[in-house]
Amino acid sequence: MAATQLTCRECGADYPLEARYVCHRCFGPLEVHYQHGHLKADLPELRRRIQSGPQNIWRYADFLPVQAPPGPSTRATSRAGLPAGCTPLVKADRLAERLGLREVWVKNDAANPTHSFKDRVVAVAAQRARELGFDTLACASTGNLANAVAAVGAALGVETYVFIPSDLEEQKILATGVYGTNLVKVKGNYDDVNRLCTELSGEHESWAFVNVNLRPYYAEGSKTLSYEIAEQLGWQTPDRVVAPIASGSLYTKLAKGFDEWRALGLISGDLPAMNGAQAVGCSPVAQAYEAGHDVCRPVKPDTIAKSLAIGNPADGPYAIELAKRSGGGIDAVTDDEIREGIRLLAETTGIFTETAGGTTTATLAKLAERGDIGADERVVLVITGEGLKTLDAVRGTFESYEIAPTYEAFEAAVGVSA
Amino acid sequence: MAKVKLPTQLRDAAGGSSAVDAGGSTVGEVLEALYEQHAELRERLSDGDGGLRRFVNVYVGGEDIRFGDGLDTAVSEGDEVQILPAVAGG
Repeated sequence: MAATQLTCRECGADYPLEARYVCHRCFGPLEVHYQHGHLKADLPELRRRIQSGPQNIWRYADFLPVQAPPGPSTRATSRAGLPAGCTPLVKADRLAERLGLREVWVKNDAANPTHSFKDRVVAVAAQRARELGFDTLACASTGNLANAVAAVGAALGVETYVFIPSDLEEQKILATGVYGTNLVKVKGNYDDVNRLCTELSGEHESWAFVNVNLRPYYAEGSKTLSYEIAEQLGWQTPDRVVAPIASGSLYTKLAKGFDEWRALGLISGDLPAMNGAQAVGCSPVAQAYEAGHDVCRPVKPDTIAKSLAIGNPADGPYAIELAKRSGGGIDAVTDDEIREGIRLLAETTGIFTETAGGTTTATLAKLAERGDIGADERVVLVITGEGLKTLDAVRGTFESYEIAPTYEAFEAAVGVSA
Repeated sequence: MAKVKLPTQLRDAAGGSSAVDAGGSTVGEVLEALYEQHAELRERLSDGDGGLRRFVNVYVGGEDIRFGDGLDTAVSEGDEVQILPAVAGG
């Protein structure tokens, strides 16, 4: 594989490609490093190889930290596990028009097997876990990850333990339990769940906690979103990307994906301006960014955007760094704006997203209104999850007609002249 | 005395122990007492400027000390002080 080692982002110490996530010297996070130089020799051939690869994230296997994708990489037989990725990039002209923007594209990652981008990260973590000999998968989740881990466990025939806050949306709990996982509802918020799982991962050494001890591999899966965006735009970067921030992992890895391919010369264009989206009720990264701090002070989440309700974001400092470096920013929107964001996206694109997508759409609207987006910009809105998982957010936001099944009743109530 | 719970990543610097008893009335004092018993832990956890490294989380009774008074957070007899890496989750 092209991955060579794990490197500490804080002190630069190197480690072998094992199940470890923390630098033993300074507690800094470990990140996968690669040697891609050999791919530079024939970039047209590399592009062709990617394009003729499977219709899922394994078409980018050269850039992922696994020895090999699950199963042979042909179109017919690469479906071991759950085939994540290759989701639509939809040109959203009506949304652009509504916001007074030139060009907006929606990357609809609700079109994944369990309806969120988490299928990407779990696919990579699960494959690496198998390579490293783990017999059990586990995770700390705000809901979408729970769905993805439980489902991949079912697809692969691997035991799973899924830890969630006990007050999660019912849809997310049901869409996890159905796969036959060991579902553990923890009385506390996500940060409590995460603390418990961090402790458990130290004590259960045969368990692969996808977002704890396997986190460096897991996080790399998010890069496939930017690979796809660049490939779908004809091997170039967009001018701006708007994406949600919970832990900050997705947001920072989107940039890593673009940076890797830019460095290789595989795509043209600058690093996009990266705009992060948080909910006001859980906005530790947006607050730190606005205050000019380089670390985040944790908060107690209180927002309808439960999939973004991480009060103690692991990659917060790196998210702030990226917002500055890329010329983007980090904003927070209220719960009412999130509900309006869900409606705005639904009404203008036909895409129904969950509260995280409402947060991201509302942030795009805010940037547009503030005049932060240039007249000639191509913007990509990253929609990470499905509206059917957070139905309460749209309850009572529209009117409907209830009538007797007669022509007269319809005409009287709805009043459309023929 | 407080009971300081150590994550697996730190146990090699504490003779393999998963928990160490240390005295003090604040988190800062408890950590000082811990460092006196296991000097290497100071280098691993402290930023060298009186604070903690930025990817170290400390909890007293399950609550992040940043919701309290940071290193000045009070510690009572028998409290559990837990040290964990901050980079998990998400």
